[in-house]
Amino acid sequence: MMGTAFYIAAFIAILATVMVITRYNIMHALLYLVVSLLAVAVVLYLYGAPFMAALEVIVYAGAIMVLLIFFVMMLNLGKESAAQEKLWLKPRIWIFPSLLCIILLGELVFLVLQNHQPVSEVKMVNPKEVGIALFGPYIMAVELTGMLLMAGIVGAYHLGRQKEKTLHRFLENDQS
Amino acid sequence: MINFWWIIGGVLFALLNTAAGLIWVERRMLALWQDRYGPNRAGPFGLLVVLADTIKLFFKEDWIPPFADKVVFVFAPGVVMLSVLMSFVVIPFAPGIIVADLNIGLLFFLAMSSLGVYSVVLGGWASNNKYALLGAMRGASQMISYEVFMGLALMGVVVLSGSFNLGEIVEAQRKVWFVIPQFIGFLIFLVAGVAETHRLPFDIPEAESELVAGFHSEYSGMKFGMFFIGEYLGVTLISGMLVTLYFGGWLGPAFLPPVLWFVIKTFAFIMLFILFRASMPRPRYDQLMEYGWKVLFPLSILNLMVTAAIKLWLNS
Repeated sequence: MMGTAFYIAAFIAILATVMVITRYNIMHALLYLVVSLLAVAVVLYLYGAPFMAALEVIVYAGAIMVLLIFFVMMLNLGKESAAQEKLWLKPRIWIFPSLLCIILLGELVFLVLQNHQPVSEVKMVNPKEVGIALFGPYIMAVELTGMLLMAGIVGAYHLGRQKEKTLHRFLENDQS
Repeated sequence: MINFWWIIGGVLFALLNTAAGLIWVERRMLALWQDRYGPNRAGPFGLLVVLADTIKLFFKEDWIPPFADKVVFVFAPGVVMLSVLMSFVVIPFAPGIIVADLNIGLLFFLAMSSLGVYSVVLGGWASNNKYALLGAMRGASQMISYEVFMGLALMGVVVLSGSFNLGEIVEAQRKVWFVIPQFIGFLIFLVAGVAETHRLPFDIPEAESELVAGFHSEYSGMKFGMFFIGEYLGVTLISGMLVTLYFGGWLGPAFLPPVLWFVIKTFAFIMLFILFRASMPRPRYDQLMEYGWKVLFPLSILNLMVTAAIKLWLNS
């Protein structure tokens, strides 16, 4: 039962990710990415990490992807950009990256098959345990992430700061 | 224990009828508060106006503009219905009457409400119309911002009850409803809830006096109906969440069954939502954002910190 659910979710994730790479319309690609993230959330939920699953949906699918779509929406990329994308992505261009990916995939399959042990028992991790782990042994990582985010916010503030604007041309001469 | 499928069927039946019935309730109540009659002709008290509205929506031409992105255009109205209906899965209507008793119930609600943003954004984008796009952009920024305070305000309740499980949160309110220790959190959640469902006074994504009909300008027929019903379902959802988190859920004196207490309290909040619509002007878009980030955001963080500090102090 759980195995089946896992395989369905995993298949959807892979399929959606392939669609992300191959779409010419960037908006459709982003939507497939959302589907892929949701599928990953289902996988996380099935294997005993409901808290992570919820965060995956809230943070990645619900916030970051919405922001990405928001910016793409403002760029007004229509049919022309899709056509241009089509022009750039000729079949010949796919060969080399595909080759690299196939090599990586082979390596991954080899590693997985080498010490393959099926998951005997899924252990549920409660939100409380996640919190205790984060603010116990991993407190350093939390602090560092906080600093990184703070730097990001300060940077965004700096970029978004505007000069004092004078709204009338008569006032412009006085100040400059 | 009632049969699982009966619960799902019953919840769906009750919700969809409530959402449709709210069309009539809202028009009658607005009329009452504005000294008018409202729809009072068809059937007893004008109740059949719901039927007339539904039939009209079904028979209207369901037009997809030729310049729209067809797949996304069709898919967007479904998202709002799906995400709101999925949120009801975790709400405990009474002891034992809950569709899925998840131990991350509250997070599930937040996750679903954050997915609801997509319906506005995609609907506006796929319409390929500048008014719709403007509405979608306003909707996206409004809903993303207010989600933040909504989540932070809810964390006060989580600190007090020590659980994300909505059933346990209700049980933790046996002594005192959380509206008393978490009054600020309640106010923030109420404001964020209004903004999240983009109801008046925060309906700037569809502000009809500036943006035609905002993100759903190009929609007609039942696709518009989905947005319409989705909005009423959203109002019901936020009212239900307010009751569950701050007003003791199904708890109440024993002379009425628990489900009835839940329904009565929820309807009181739905009335409050309608009263908001009847009485408040719409703020400007930048005023809304400023109010959110400069007032509600610091307030919700302060609320969370003070709650946590008092909880720690009482425990030690």
